Amino acid sequence: MRNILPILTVVATIVVLWYLAAVKLNSAWVYDQATRAGADMPAFSQVVSETMNQDRPVLPTPHQVGAELWKSTVGMAVTSKRSLVYHGWVTISATLLGFAIGTGLGVLLAVGIIHNRAMDMSVMPWAIASQTIPILAIAPMIIVVLNSLGLQGLVPKAIISAYLSFFPVVVGMVKGLRSPDQMQLDLLKTYNASAAGAFWKLRVPSSMPYLFASLKVGIAASLVGAIVGELPTGAVAGLGARLLSGSYYGQTVQIWAALFAAAIVAAGMVIVIGLIEKGTLRRMGMVR
Amino acid sequence: MSWVTLALAAWAGGWYVNVRLSHSRAARTRVGQLAVPVIFGITVLVLWEGLVRGLGVSPVILPPPSAVAARIGSSLPTLGADFWQTAVKGALTGYLLGCGAAVLTAIAIDRSPFLQKGLLPVGNFVAALPIVGVAPIMVMWFGFDWQSKAAVVVIMVFFPMLVNTVAGLKATDAMQRDLMATYSASYWQTLAKLRLPAAMPFIFNGLKISSTLALIGAIVAEFFGSPIVGMGFRINASIGQLALDMIWAEIAVAALAGSAFYGLVALIERRMTFWHPSQRT
Repeated sequence: MRNILPILTVVATIVVLWYLAAVKLNSAWVYDQATRAGADMPAFSQVVSETMNQDRPVLPTPHQVGAELWKSTVGMAVTSKRSLVYHGWVTISATLLGFAIGTGLGVLLAVGIIHNRAMDMSVMPWAIASQTIPILAIAPMIIVVLNSLGLQGLVPKAIISAYLSFFPVVVGMVKGLRSPDQMQLDLLKTYNASAAGAFWKLRVPSSMPYLFASLKVGIAASLVGAIVGELPTGAVAGLGARLLSGSYYGQTVQIWAALFAAAIVAAGMVIVIGLIEKGTLRRMGMVR
Repeated sequence: MSWVTLALAAWAGGWYVNVRLSHSRAARTRVGQLAVPVIFGITVLVLWEGLVRGLGVSPVILPPPSAVAARIGSSLPTLGADFWQTAVKGALTGYLLGCGAAVLTAIAIDRSPFLQKGLLPVGNFVAALPIVGVAPIMVMWFGFDWQSKAAVVVIMVFFPMLVNTVAGLKATDAMQRDLMATYSASYWQTLAKLRLPAAMPFIFNGLKISSTLALIGAIVAEFFGSPIVGMGFRINASIGQLALDMIWAEIAVAALAGSAFYGLVALIERRMTFWHPSQRT
């Protein structure tokens, strides 16, 4: 808790800088309006007050974004097409489905890799190399191709999310399942433990910290995948769609609100995984 | 059907060779370690080609690798222009600016533990956020050309780089710093001669993470608006024409550019941090 004060200071500084930037960026419009109306140049205090609440500001002020977030989450029926809860849920459901698929397949492949030498040598270099490739670039293509095959909505986005969370989980899980050292493996051998016994009683428990570290990376990647997956179909539903329609119609406040909603969702999911991690490791007696 | 049988036979053959190779003595050598993944990659391509041809998959769903290769060969100038626009102008500019700014910020807050305590959690938090979402805002501010893409990349790479550099600047231990103090070294001398070199492994880790992020940022930012050149633009435009071979060609270029970029950073790291245990062979 000693860190609260510094963090608050930094956050407060960012908010202040944000307001200053908003005044600077939005004042051009105010001066422009004044010139067009043929009026005198407005006084500085007047300019500042006018930059705070424009309809389509270049940079919306924090309280405008906050108000929009409040209005479109709490102040609106969840079923409304303008509700961020509705759009957020569209994105979250795709993210979670994809994350579950990607993690499941990733763990399976990792198990295969540690038990099969040929698989290890053929697949592992590609799994590592694939992390240096901008995989996200194929997201639009997956959406359109699956669309032409008759798959729409949740599943194509989930596939992109699965793809993005797959490789971090494979790499992390292989590392984790290999983390028991020779001494521990030898001990199990002296107990005459079977391969399955060694796997469940030693390898899986000791892989948990690695698994959770890659789950955190994976879920963040999944969310980005789901958001980007919403772009090519045009603005239908989801946080990505809100970003896109905001950018089409110049609704800057809407873009910022969607952006913050995405940030809150991402933070929430990482925190949830962190809590599960803490609980699991405590039950296993591995509290750090 | 013969294509399918051929492809499956090639797959089985490749797998058999790999199993034999990985259990033989060759698996210990460098050549063997390189050959196995290469054989695997080739069999995947052969399987892809054979299945697409044998099952008569429409080219608007999945083009065979040979069609993609032909497309790469026939549209080299376009691909080159796209690469220049997105990877060099957008991604590389933003990467250099963002990483440079992050390192300078890290050095600036180096003397203030208070700021570090505040900035690090915020930086870690921001690094996990879907920052590509700022792309539409940057496109609005900086226009359709590469400047907006570079701006997105700057924001994307800044925080991972900052967090890594700050961690790196803490990597010296008290004994080493005391030694510098006994030499009566000033703050800046200690920074230049001891702490920055010691931070290099961390800085390069940040540079490697950022190299991937930079290309992603530049490509995705183009989905929100771009001039009529660029990898993201081409992917988006080719989807409209169902020219999937062009998309795969762009993806191949992106993959090559991403790996080459990462490889280059790794190579420079090897040269500069040859003293670090992880680099000794």
